[in-house]
Formats: sequence, C-alpha cells, structure tokens
Amino acid sequence: MSSISDSDDAVRSERSGLAALVFDAKARSLFFQAVLAILIIIAAYIAVRNAGANLAEQGREFGFDFFGRPSDIQILTTFGTWLIGYEAGKNTVFDVFLLSIANTLIIAIAGVIFATLWGFLLGIFRLSNNFVLNSFATIYIELLRNVPLLLQIFFWTAVLRLVAPGPRDAGWLVPGLLSWNSKGIYGPYPLVEPGFSYTLIAFLLACVAAWGFARWAKRRQDATGKQSSVGLVTLGLLILVPTLVFLVTGRPMTIEWPNFVTEGPILRRGFERGIGSYIAPEFFALFLALTTYTAAFIAEIVRAGIQAVPNGQSEAAGALGLPPGLAMRKVILPQAFRVIIPPLTSQYLNLTKNSSLAAAIGYPELVAVFAGTTLNQVGRAIEIIAIVILVYLTISLLTSAFMNWFNNRVKLVER
Amino acid sequence: MTPKFYTLVAAAALVAGGASAGTLDDVKAAGKLKCGVSQGLPGFSTPDDSGKWTGLDVDYCRAVAATVLDDPEAVEFVSLSAKDRFTALSSGEIDILSRNTTWTITRDTDLGITFTGVSYYDGQGMMVPASLGVTTALELDGATICTNTGTTTELNITDYFTQHGMSFELVALENSDEVIAAYGAGRCDVFTTDRSGVAAERLKLADPDAHVVLPETISKEPLGPSVRADDKQWERVSKWVLNALIEAEEYGITSANVDEMMTSENPSVQRILGAGDNDYGAPMGLTKDWAARAIKAVGNYGEIYDRNVGPDTPLKLDRGVNNLWNNGGFMYAPPIR
Ligand SMILES: N[C@@H](CCC(=O)N[C@@H](CS)C(=O)NCC(=O)O)C(=O)O
Repeated sequence: MSSISDSDDAVRSERSGLAALVFDAKARSLFFQAVLAILIIIAAYIAVRNAGANLAEQGREFGFDFFGRPSDIQILTTFGTWLIGYEAGKNTVFDVFLLSIANTLIIAIAGVIFATLWGFLLGIFRLSNNFVLNSFATIYIELLRNVPLLLQIFFWTAVLRLVAPGPRDAGWLVPGLLSWNSKGIYGPYPLVEPGFSYTLIAFLLACVAAWGFARWAKRRQDATGKQSSVGLVTLGLLILVPTLVFLVTGRPMTIEWPNFVTEGPILRRGFERGIGSYIAPEFFALFLALTTYTAAFIAEIVRAGIQAVPNGQSEAAGALGLPPGLAMRKVILPQAFRVIIPPLTSQYLNLTKNSSLAAAIGYPELVAVFAGTTLNQVGRAIEIIAIVILVYLTISLLTSAFMNWFNNRVKLVER
Repeated sequence: MTPKFYTLVAAAALVAGGASAGTLDDVKAAGKLKCGVSQGLPGFSTPDDSGKWTGLDVDYCRAVAATVLDDPEAVEFVSLSAKDRFTALSSGEIDILSRNTTWTITRDTDLGITFTGVSYYDGQGMMVPASLGVTTALELDGATICTNTGTTTELNITDYFTQHGMSFELVALENSDEVIAAYGAGRCDVFTTDRSGVAAERLKLADPDAHVVLPETISKEPLGPSVRADDKQWERVSKWVLNALIEAEEYGITSANVDEMMTSENPSVQRILGAGDNDYGAPMGLTKDWAARAIKAVGNYGEIYDRNVGPDTPLKLDRGVNNLWNNGGFMYAPPIR
C-alpha cells in the first residue's frame, strides 16, 4: 500500500492541475463514486416520476393514507392477532401490518432457535463414529437439502392432517400438556392476577443475581483455579426465588386449560375457541418445515466448522484428560464458532425470508396478509411492496448486526 | 409464477416506461391474445385431458381472438391466482382478464382496470359435509371456514357472520386446490366461494355426494371480463364482443347457422353479422364481420353456457338468472345498431 501512494506522490509532484488529479488514485475513486451516485439519483428520479405519471394515467393515487382505513378482513388466530387483539372491522390496516410483522418475527425466532439446536446436534452426529447416527445424519441432510422447501411445507401440512384427530375429537400431542386435533394445538394459558408483577420482579432480580454470581465465580476461578457450580446456583436462583415470591404473594395466577365441548350445536363441539392457548396447524406445519429444512444446512455448516479446527486440538484436549464431551464444548466448539457464525447468519436470514412461503398454506405473515390480502383490498402495489422490502431489509440488517456482535465476542476467545 | 413475481412486475412496470395504450394494435402485431384465466376451475377455465383450455371464461377469450385475429386458437392462456390477477392485468402481463372475477366498485375504480360486462351472474354459496347435519347458514356459528385469498368471498363471509352475530375462524389460502384439500381434510367445516365455484370445486372432492350446498346466497357476484382502464378502444372491443354473443342468442344466430343467417331478412341480424352495408366494426378498429367471426368460433352465449356449465355438464348449473331478459333472466345486451 505505502509504496503505491509513495509513487503516486512522486507522480503528483511532477505534474500539475487536472493531469495530477487523473493520476491521483484517491481523486479517481472519488470521481467514479460521485458519478455512480449521480447516476443512481437520476435513475431514482426517473423511476419516481414515471411511476407518478403512470399511476396518474391509470387514475390511481400514490400515498400511505390507506394505513388509517379500517380493515374488514378476518385473520386466522395467531400470535399476531393475539398481540394486537385483532377483530375484523374494529382495527385498521396499520394494525394488520403490525400483526403480520409479529407473525413473521415469531415464526422466524422459533425457527431460528430450533433449527440451531437441531442443526448443531445433526452436525455433531454427522461427525460421530457411531455408524447409525452418522448414516442417519448423512441421509437426513442430503434428503432435506435437495427437496424444494415449498414441497416440504405441503408435506408437513398433509402429514399433520393425516395424523391429527378429527375436528371434533381430541388427542394428546404432549401428554398432560398439549392436546390437538385437525383444527390446532391447545394448551394451558396463564391468567395473571394483579400481584403477579412481584413474581416477575423477583425473576428479574434473580437474573441479575445469577449474572453477578457467574462473574464472581469466573474471577475466582481465574485467580485461584477453584470452580463453583455456577449452573446449579443459577438454576436455583431462577427457580426458587420467583417460586417463593409467587407463593408468598398468594399465587396470583391461575392456569386456564382448554375446554373440550361434547354437547350443543355441532359446530360448537370440539375445543372451545378463546379458552386456553392455541397454535394454528398452519404455524406448526410451517415451523416443522422451516426448522427441519434449515437444520440440514446448519448441520453442514457445523460439520465444516468443527472440521476446520485442527485435529491437534482435540488430541491435546484428550491428552489433558478432558472427556470428549467437555473437549467438544470447551475446546473445539469455541474455535469452530469463528468459522460457523458468518454462514450461520445467512441461514438465519434465509429462514426469515423463507417464512414468506407461508402464503401457500395460509399462515398470516407479512407477505400473505399485508402484501396479499391487504394489497388486494387497497390496491397500492408500489407502496406496499416498498414497505415489505424495507421490513425484510430491517430484519436482515438487525440480524446481521447482532450476529456480527456475537462473532466479535467469540473472536476474542482466540486472543 | 410466484405471487411476489407478479407484484414486482406490476411495480416494475409502473416504474419503468410509459404504459402503451394501443392493446388492439399490440394484439394484432403479436398475432395472439394474452388472456388471464384461473388455475383450473371446471366449467369456467380449466385445461382438458389434452391440455386444451376449456370453459365459459376461456370461450369468451377465444371469441375475442376470433374477432380480432380471425383465429379462436390464437390465445395464450395465463393461469392466475385470485390474488395475482389484477396486478397481472394492470402491469400488461395479460391483455384481458377473464377469470370468474366479480365486478365491484373498488376493482373498477381503484386498480387501474375496467370491467366490460357480466358473463355470469353468480352469488356466494357455502358447502358443508352432509354428516354435520347443518341445513342453513344460520347454524354456522363457531365454524372454521376455508376460502381463497384476494377474493370478494373472503370479505363477504366476514360481513355475513358479523351481521348475524356469529363467530368464525377463516383459513384463507391462495391456491384453490389447497382450499378444497384443506376442507376435504377436515381443517375447515365450511367451504365457501361463488356458487358456480362451489359446484365446480365440489367435483374435486373424494366423495362429492357427501357434501351439501347450503340454500343461502350471501352476496351478488356478477362475474365478467376486465381490461386496463387507460385503453378505451380495447375496452369497447371487449365490451361489444360479449354483447354480440348475447345478442346472437336473442336473434337465434348459432355457430352452425351463422353463414345462412348472413342472408337473413331480419335487419337486426344483418347488423350483428355485418351483412350488406352494415359495418359496426370499423369504429372499433375491427372488420365488419367482427361479430360473425366470434359466433362462428364459439357459438352464441347460450351455446357457450350449455357446453361448459349447463345442465348436461358435470356442473349441472340451471340457466336461472343467466337466461336472456326475455326468458326470465338478467342477460340483456344493448342493441347493435
Ligand atoms: N368471484 C370472486 C371469487 C373468485 C375466485 O378466485 N374463486 C376461486 C374459487 S371459485 C377460484 O377462482 N379458484 C380457481 C383458481 O384458484 O384458479 C372474486 O372475483 O373475487
């Protein structure tokens, strides 16, 4: 680098005026950047002007006033409708926008968490010496990575319909906790009473205490080599403290269980709507499809990451007497993380964008509802598509920012 | 084609160059008509065993192609979901939309498109499994309902249930095959769409006889073709082809007798067929035998109806309100004169 700018300096001293600028690498790059910026601005200007003219010619307007209109569409009961308290005719288009984002985020978050857990496990299976685990992981990964995701979404939807009990029957999905039938999954719902905030505060305080203890324990270990059972203490703090406060304040919460109706008008039979918690089958199918599919890719990333750690590292860990599990957790994975995180981030982004395939099975997320039903209702394609692009861009940038932050943290481990 | 694709095309088309207004010239130059139809709705637009598109909506497009290009086969059918159809039309992906589409004020004024007539008077109906023992829509409180996204159906059903103080859950899917599959698998208690659509989709069920259509018709669904709003000339062509097919039935002109009718003494028939000095095609940019070409290709409205959806077809739909005005129905075309 320095030699180039040195010679540039030498050239500059020999020439003057415009000629000097032409030979100045910095000036050249600035010039081309400016040209590019101007071209982009001109293109954007022409695009906006054309759009305006074409819309006017078709007698259509441009604007965002539609957000205030009432939304008279019924939307499938999901996380988003619960969050907003959505009711057709009573909420605005803006509320529909928010609830569709909430639905996109909840499927993305649930998908990312479970795809990561399952993907790491598969990746480790893939490297295992156990023939059964190894072949299972290999076949799984090859199969799922090579079948189009949309097909897998339809597959899970169909499978759930086949195995679920009929609309007016009930069965356990998780015995004692979750029941289900072809209309959805039903579980307990916590109804909190006024004094419950004390339990929440206790939980927060316990979190802070657990964090403080972990710091103290680490310092002590660094200084003296003595270990403390951080896991146990944390668990104890997080469970015992809130439970105690909960009991002392007189159990200010009741659990509402699903209500199964067997009599009365036929369409009222089955699980009563609005009682207990509810997960739509569309969410469940999408969740299964996105999780199992993305996990296959994550497994390959994890495998590559682990294999990128030199063999000497695990041999050294073994020589120090670390059992294989501990060696994996304390020696191999931390180093593998540096290789894993960048491609893992792009899998997270893929999963989020793939959630838009939900339109095909009727899960009301951003694309299905806002860029679908709402767009049809208000007919503002440019505005709505621009907004949807912005939302996805924002989610992507935030995810990337978070993963970069995390990456920098694990990087330090290397020293 | 994916839904997002069409929306993007629409957005891109608006952002890019100016829209061309001369659809008629474009169609003549291309030598074929791009006609937007459904993804497969028996009786209206569906490919037969050999892959040839058939149906009432399809025949209308063939009539337009015959009028403009003198060839009912010169049509490229583009199958569209309910959700994508309007963007496909306004962006210029298709020249004409003929896809069991309800004429409403929003669509006619707010989407950059114009309806050119009614080719089938319909209304929204509901189907339930016979095993439920439900006999009227008023017993549907608490039901889960399956329907298509991007339709009037999806909006009407909410109106109806709110009006009657009934609660319901709506599963709205993009592809009709998915909707009927979801209903067939017990995800929903009720399947709802236009009555003609209910009759057609019912045939896709494993055991059609195990399902009953409820007596209520909960909306008006005048189905008809539409074109881009910025092209008056093309709008006239679309409108008058439909009118001519209805007029032809009124005056007894059929695909079989159209040549003989050329020599008919009846001045109305002469005007429709462009016999003698009559030339109503020129002001629209068409030939004088414009209507004769259409009738020869697909027959008059009654023939089209009977062939595709009538009592002798699997759909078995009574002519009912779709009869001619002088036969107790709503079909009434302004005179060709
Ligand atoms: N007429 C209504 C409903 C149209 C509609 O999409 N109906 C469905 C069910 S009859 C359909 O066309 N399905 C065939 C397909 O998906 O292509 C409208 O214009 O909104």
